[in-house]
Amino acid sequence: MVEADRSSAAETDEVVSTAPVKVDVRNLTISYSGKTALRDVTLDIRQNEIFGIIGPANSGKTSFLRALNRMDLFIPGMKVDGSIVLDGREVRKWRNVYALRRRIGVVFPLPVGLPMSVYDNVALAPRLAGIKKRARLDPIVERCLQRAALWDEVKDRLDSLGSLLSGGQQQRLTIARALSQEPDLLLLDEFSIAVDPVTTMRIEEVLKELKQELTIVLVTNLVQQARRLADRTAFFLTGELVEVAATSALFSGEVNDERTRAYVEGRFG
Amino acid sequence: MFEASDLNIHNQRAEKLWRLLFLMMTLLLILPVLIILGVLIHKGGPMISIDFLFTEPKDGMTAGGIFPALVGTVWLVAVALLASVPVGVAAALYLSEYAPDNWLTRAINLAIINLAGVPSIVHALFGVGAFVLFFRFGTSILAASLTLAVMTLPVVIVATRESLQAVPQAFREACWNMGATRWQTIRKVVLPNSVSGILTGIILEVSRTAGETAPIMFTGAAFFLPFLPQSVFDQTMAMSLHLFVISTQVPGVPEALPFGVALVLITMVLVMNAVSIAFRMVLRSKKKW
Repeated sequence: MVEADRSSAAETDEVVSTAPVKVDVRNLTISYSGKTALRDVTLDIRQNEIFGIIGPANSGKTSFLRALNRMDLFIPGMKVDGSIVLDGREVRKWRNVYALRRRIGVVFPLPVGLPMSVYDNVALAPRLAGIKKRARLDPIVERCLQRAALWDEVKDRLDSLGSLLSGGQQQRLTIARALSQEPDLLLLDEFSIAVDPVTTMRIEEVLKELKQELTIVLVTNLVQQARRLADRTAFFLTGELVEVAATSALFSGEVNDERTRAYVEGRFG
Repeated sequence: MFEASDLNIHNQRAEKLWRLLFLMMTLLLILPVLIILGVLIHKGGPMISIDFLFTEPKDGMTAGGIFPALVGTVWLVAVALLASVPVGVAAALYLSEYAPDNWLTRAINLAIINLAGVPSIVHALFGVGAFVLFFRFGTSILAASLTLAVMTLPVVIVATRESLQAVPQAFREACWNMGATRWQTIRKVVLPNSVSGILTGIILEVSRTAGETAPIMFTGAAFFLPFLPQSVFDQTMAMSLHLFVISTQVPGVPEALPFGVALVLITMVLVMNAVSIAFRMVLRSKKKW
């Protein structure tokens, strides 16, 4: 069963990308206090692609992201089995989990502007990494805010509170903060839930540009968003990986499983 | 057109009655406060003067002022705070930010609740055994303050933990995801957003210890000592014990004197409370999220 999935994934990969594997996930099973949230998932994520994950609520999408940056250590009851290899290294063998997390930026469904100034929000990760001098921080802050398409709106009020920006601005601030870690893997968890459509489109443009520099995993319950952005898409349903394929194939009906066709066409979910 | 039915009218009347009943009960609640303050001000008010506050007691404590007791109470509360705040805040940080949800944590929480329920006279005897005798501090400010500190630890822990938990979990997770350790998260995000709440909570709770009598009477407070303490190893007079002594132990005390002492003591506590409540209101108006 697992073998069959892998071979079909490999076929479509040849069409889409020959880029090296960034994250190799094998037999990943996640449970919370004995309740299984994700069962036996095997897939790989390629360098510099946007990897979409679609599926209805409770299908294990968020748990998958949490496992990637080892949040299971900080969440009581969460247990992870199987292997996740990032750049050739098993993430559970990283002795310093903080160094691992610094390489992985995360954006949550609800924007989290920390209750400090806009500047301090973006400077937090560099400061945690030991950069103290304003002269070195200033360019980092400006570049990250620019890449997140927020600079023009906040450049005159970098000292105002990040938690008092509008929802759409806070979400871009969150992205800027994630970028300030200089991650090579960016995880987005339903980032557009609390953001208006215009801002959503702006952020989507930003993601397309960021793809040149890093690898993006985009969890979304908006099927059309995956269609617009993702190079390859995985369909999760009630804790199982139904299939993973090139997005163009998924949306043109070349599917291995009828459930995928039904979900993509909006017949359920 | 709709007409109010008999049932509607009955319900409306009942509603008014219940509301009135609850209001009466609430007003009843503030009655004791008003009576206490009223009587104290009426009977003790005339005693209050600069002389009363800043001179020693005279003539076998039947006249004169309360200065040594006033200074002593400030010493006792200050040293107790210095001892209980670091320990209590550290314990609250552990329980709120680090502790896993297991039997040990639950046992600790249970212990804290029980510690809060221990009668103050039992704390007093513990203080004698532990600080006066075992640690050989003798009857001193140090021993009395440490006894007060042990007694106030549970409220310090609970007040601190409440302030910490008021910081949204999403802030912590955002920080952890950036690769921050738990301590970095506490220092950069959790503490800056809760430290003022922690302080006001502590002041509010601890100001009560100014009035405690039992824990200090065997451990460091003196019956009569017309000198100011020079260090934490000295004994001292204290307002609460002084009030107890002149009310019950000394013959020939003019009636107004105990009322004056009580008025000063209650004013000290109320002023500390007022400062902390005002501080809290200012902070609420500046809430950052």
